[in-house]
Amino acid sequence: MSGISSEAFVLGLSAIGAALAMFGVMGVAIGQGITAGKAVEGIARQPEAQGDIFRTMVVGMAISETTGIFCFIVAIVLLFANPLIRLL
Amino acid sequence: MELGPRKIIEIGQFYITETVVLLWIISGILILFTFFATRKMQKVPRGLQAAAEWIVEFIYNFVEQTMGRNNLRFAPYVGTLLSVLVVGNLLALFGFRPISANVNTTFALATITFFLIHYNAVKSRGALGYVKHLAEPNALMLPINLISELAFPVSLAFRLFGNITGGAIIMSLLYGGLASLSAKLTGSVPIFMIGIPLPFNFFFDIFEGILQAYVFTTLSMVFISNGIGHEEKASH
Repeated sequence: MSGISSEAFVLGLSAIGAALAMFGVMGVAIGQGITAGKAVEGIARQPEAQGDIFRTMVVGMAISETTGIFCFIVAIVLLFANPLIRLL
Repeated sequence: MELGPRKIIEIGQFYITETVVLLWIISGILILFTFFATRKMQKVPRGLQAAAEWIVEFIYNFVEQTMGRNNLRFAPYVGTLLSVLVVGNLLALFGFRPISANVNTTFALATITFFLIHYNAVKSRGALGYVKHLAEPNALMLPINLISELAFPVSLAFRLFGNITGGAIIMSLLYGGLASLSAKLTGSVPIFMIGIPLPFNFFFDIFEGILQAYVFTTLSMVFISNGIGHEEKASH
């Protein structure tokens, strides 16, 4: 079995790392789904507060999406602006 | 594939990217709008002046809701932040790369917010009160609070950057895919790009752009007013 060049090795493992990094968005999806469910419950309990509840839910989701965006940024950096190649 | 904003002017080592040019365009748009809205002002506003008055009143109400009545001096900064971010993200509808898709822009805005938070905290609490605020429940919390204060502008910048860049990448992939599909079918008429990108443009450019600008501004305001603290301690 011939050896792999070190650049191909780093690139290949970066691709796997980028795919593994996106596993972190599972938590974000579950959390945002729970938030939406609680918001719907709140609206069902008091339909007059629909505007306030909806705005608060949207802001809460945008803030809790941050950790998912961090995972996405790690994946993008590994794929497009890989810093490990320059260290070879 | 998106690899960063294009460089438009290159002079040796110094270059100007399309983000900087777009920021000049946005500044020009905002300056022209305010110039034409405040010429020949009348007591009962009409036209552009009415729109400008609506915007100013909206921003002042927004600041008063979030920061309280005696922090209204931050309303110009909040208004500028909101205007630049909303106009900058909405210009992506015209095919430009949105300005927040450049990590330098979002870090610059987050750095301004960071300096505002700490300068106003020191000015309103005094140097000793500021250090006491960082060691809030217990002196052991000091390193943790320091790290959280440093991590806040980083998270602010990356939230805006990641959301808008993700949207821009998906839009460019979509347009590229539709272009190659219609090239296979008809050759040079972009027949698939007529109506299909519309809901994606609505979600990624309009909704995400405005929402992320709103979240950035709200978080800046909340943290500035948290840094200043409650004013009932300082009454005399």
